[in-house]
Amino acid sequence: MSLIHETDYGTPAPAAERKVTLTIDGASVTVPEGTSVMRAAMEAGVEIPKLCATDMLDAFGSCRVCLVEIEGRGGTPASCTTPVADGMAVRTTSERLERLRRGVMELYLSDHPAGRGEQAGTGQSEFDRLAGEMGLSGSRYGTDGRNHVAPGEGSLNVDYLARDASNPYFEYDPAQCIVCSRCVRACEEVQGTFALTIAGRGFESRMVASMNEDFIESECVSCGACVQACPTDALREKSVLEMGMPERSVVTTCAYCGVGCSFKAEMRGEDVVRMVPYKDGKANHGHSCVKGRFAFGYATHRDRIVKPMIRERVTDPWREVTWEEALAHTAAEFRRIQHRYGRGAVGGITSSRCTNEETYLVQKLVRQGFGNNNVDTCARVCHSPTGYGLGQAFGTSAGTQDFDSVDHADVIVIIGANPAAAHPVFASRMKRRLRQGAKLIVVDPRRTELVRAPHVEAAYHLPLKPGTNVAVITAMAHVIVTEGLFDEAFIRERCDWDEFQDYAAFAAEARNSPEEVEKFSGVPAQAIRGAARLYATGGNGAIYYGLGVTEHSQGSTAVMAIANLAMLTGNIGRPGVGVNPLRGQNNVQGSCDMGSFPHELPGYRHISGEATRAIYESLWGVKLDEEPGLRIPNMLDAAVEGSFKGLYVQGEDILQSDPDTRHVSAGLAAMECVVVHDLFLNETARFAHVFLPGSTFLEKDGTFTNAERRINRVRKVMEPRARYADWEATQELARALGLDWSYGHPGEIMDEIAATTPTFAGVTYDLLDREGSVQWPCNDKAPLGTPVMHVDGFVRGRGRFIRTDYIATDEKTGPRFPLLLTTGRILSQYNVGAQTRRTENVVWHDEDVLEIHPHDAEQRGIRQGDLVRLTSRAGETTLRAEITDKVAPGVVYTTFHHPDTQANVVTTDYSDWATNCPEYKVTAVQVAPTNGPSEWQRDYEAFSRRSRRIARPAEAARATEAAE
Amino acid sequence: MGMQPQGTETAARAAQIVEALRGVEGPLLPILHGLQEEFGHVPAEALPVVAEALNLSRAEVHGVVTFYHDFRREPGGRHVLKLCRAEACQSMGAEAIARQVQEALGIGFHETAADGSVTLEPVYCLGLCACAPSAMLDGEPIGRLDAATVAEIAAEVRR
Repeated sequence: MSLIHETDYGTPAPAAERKVTLTIDGASVTVPEGTSVMRAAMEAGVEIPKLCATDMLDAFGSCRVCLVEIEGRGGTPASCTTPVADGMAVRTTSERLERLRRGVMELYLSDHPAGRGEQAGTGQSEFDRLAGEMGLSGSRYGTDGRNHVAPGEGSLNVDYLARDASNPYFEYDPAQCIVCSRCVRACEEVQGTFALTIAGRGFESRMVASMNEDFIESECVSCGACVQACPTDALREKSVLEMGMPERSVVTTCAYCGVGCSFKAEMRGEDVVRMVPYKDGKANHGHSCVKGRFAFGYATHRDRIVKPMIRERVTDPWREVTWEEALAHTAAEFRRIQHRYGRGAVGGITSSRCTNEETYLVQKLVRQGFGNNNVDTCARVCHSPTGYGLGQAFGTSAGTQDFDSVDHADVIVIIGANPAAAHPVFASRMKRRLRQGAKLIVVDPRRTELVRAPHVEAAYHLPLKPGTNVAVITAMAHVIVTEGLFDEAFIRERCDWDEFQDYAAFAAEARNSPEEVEKFSGVPAQAIRGAARLYATGGNGAIYYGLGVTEHSQGSTAVMAIANLAMLTGNIGRPGVGVNPLRGQNNVQGSCDMGSFPHELPGYRHISGEATRAIYESLWGVKLDEEPGLRIPNMLDAAVEGSFKGLYVQGEDILQSDPDTRHVSAGLAAMECVVVHDLFLNETARFAHVFLPGSTFLEKDGTFTNAERRINRVRKVMEPRARYADWEATQELARALGLDWSYGHPGEIMDEIAATTPTFAGVTYDLLDREGSVQWPCNDKAPLGTPVMHVDGFVRGRGRFIRTDYIATDEKTGPRFPLLLTTGRILSQYNVGAQTRRTENVVWHDEDVLEIHPHDAEQRGIRQGDLVRLTSRAGETTLRAEITDKVAPGVVYTTFHHPDTQANVVTTDYSDWATNCPEYKVTAVQVAPTNGPSEWQRDYEAFSRRSRRIARPAEAARATEAAE
Repeated sequence: MGMQPQGTETAARAAQIVEALRGVEGPLLPILHGLQEEFGHVPAEALPVVAEALNLSRAEVHGVVTFYHDFRREPGGRHVLKLCRAEACQSMGAEAIARQVQEALGIGFHETAADGSVTLEPVYCLGLCACAPSAMLDGEPIGRLDAATVAEIAAEVRR
């Protein structure tokens, strides 16, 4: 295996249809109109020297080394800024060009540290390579005179700027900068943050972050685009400076959010040197965020548990054992429990962090091995209403578009999502489209970053009171229906006209008018009307939504209300439109696809379907239970009641991520065998009897399915530190339970998925290796997958309008709990933080804070940074206050990344009526100043210290004796 | 300490200038000129206010301010003398005038007199080539500089 070198064409590919033919060094080449001479040359296999050009960025024409000669034209134009023309004859080499290029390079070299090392970087940058190719080691001009290079011992250099190592992941060494602006342009064009600039002019020009600030203090969001763009070592990953340049690379898929970025894992031996976004990745097109790019250090963090462990009681210290012992013990316990309490007394939870293949195996283990349907997944607590709502309306439980579709959107609607923090790479795509002129509508209680950020400003922000989504969205439908803005032709052709009429009559009722809804949602009626008109008449309208829609008692209703809006306006079935859930986790789409729900077999086929069951029954050689099994909350209820005793949890921390922490802990405490299969001793592991060490995405093969239904390959770059990849561990557990499983590679598991699931019928690892990725459905009808769904008709036949009556949640504010708490995420941290808290990302966010409006803070005597007590009907916790008008009066907001805050101690056990998805986004609370941690936090801290002990060998020996 | 920190006051005054000018076409440069007029320089504390109002990044505003030498980053003297050093003026003896001016004021280019009376700045063409060598004192153009006008200028700024 070697290092993958991606071809850099120098300038982006134009979209033009018309072709132009020209000759480059005598060879004929045909390219789309608008292509640069530089790119055309590269396509013809001729690499023109360049420094300021890269195909991620528009041509800039500043470095002057890409000069060419064009027959019939004077001078030596820059090939990056010169577009091709028919019949053009280009020469890329000549004595004159060589002389000019060398002259320019010598000028650069006269102001650049020579060689490699502490002051001169890796010696392997693009700049170094180009100088090497020209055979230049020094410069005619010498290095005397004014320059920006580090001064020698005892001398001074007023033009020298010291390096900035404030960012934990990369350094900026201004001495090596050639002021090509690639970093500045990457920050603007690719990332859309505009954190960098060139300060000064002429010889004084320097790249600086914000107003000449340290990177860490600046507007920089550490996405890494500038580091990737830099042709010198001026911006360089610290890991490269420490470990040296990588030697080999493997293309794989990021394991953070649902965007599913493709990365090259660049390695030295068994160590990851850096993760570099892969330009051919169809989800990210070569861009990344701070998490995927840099926050992979958790994979080798000292907290990782790499040996299986067991214990009799959760109060005992853990005892390290062999895999064989741990698996035999688990199998024996599960069989014992089933014998004593019944077949339904055990279950499993699949993980949205693991691969499709691993998820498939866990549900198979439950259905085939445990003989019941007690399998559920963490999607229960996030996007289960999406599955239900979109399934009802359209017939598929997934987003309708690919990410590229946003490039064709004219009106972007973001509801209950904060992509700049939770889906940053896609947010950058959105921002680019918004800078091109698309309009933005944001429906969110909070003023999220996209409401207003440099060069992006929402046309409408509807700051609704948490819990009123359904009313506000239905009010938009009211406007569209009553003002006649709906697309009648589309509705007649694609939907059921009678259902539409019924729905239209409902939406037109006065109680659904913006004026009525304003009274309890707090959103001005004019804003709702304006937003509805813009969405209905502004061209291609694309809706993107997140957990702010689903995690409500009316989550499923809100999803259906969104689907109604799209159908009303004909915004379905072509690029630039659609209804798109932004999936939180890397494989939440896949884990749902793989039959993780207690009522569904893979491909969203109900367990009661005899034909579907028969497929698996004949393959697996067992009789499947035709009744749906228990959902996570039901498992916990049953545990408290005493009828559910054993649980296999793969890669999910239900104690921290599920609502009403006290209820979860009570349920877990009542079980007799809790098996946690994870990287770390997570919060759930405090109640576990068996710990199976998990593997990171770097340690296994498989696939993840992202939010656009894209099946991306995950490739093993290092051996599993705990011996088994997760799929192997599950397979070993199945074998210990007596099942006859013999998968030699995850590709064989995918073959079984494809053979049994119509939407995956065409998927093979060969196809994925060939195409890079495919979007399901992938079968005979769509052999290369389906970027946009419902093109000629809805999957279910006719689109279905469903009445969306607004029913306020039972969680209500009152004198004791006058504020509404809603929750969300922050850019640098991910989910419950198990990974990102174990990386340098904590420099950006080392604790959860409570955002509160200045008015509410003042009433309570709360000052910035004060420790406050957050109390709800369910529980209380303490955290620090952040006073901001990002939240409206009456609303407070926090994140849930840190376990010592335990925001879910506060959340209630209300949930979505259809899917049990918990109502995280609305909790009535009170906030008051306090001096110290809550009682729960103190008790919990003491308990967690006790429950995390791992016995030293001597202690373990004693424990074994005692057990015997 | 009951007093507001200086930065807050600057920001508040800057906000008024921004508010007055944000509606004009291409508002950034007019706002920066407005700030320099108000404060005698473009204070760093004002830049985040400008960035926020125009929905730009701080970096972008910083890049523009530092590009133009005409925008001072530090408070200048009570008077500002800009002396042209471009080609036409040079051909009419501007270098000698420059030496005389520096001597008369006791400061070099880009410097402010210790008593805060005057700042001397080079400028590259005032468009007054026909009256070279030329200068500009507090916005007033002065042509055909000679020893006498230099002395007059020195007396004027010391008053």
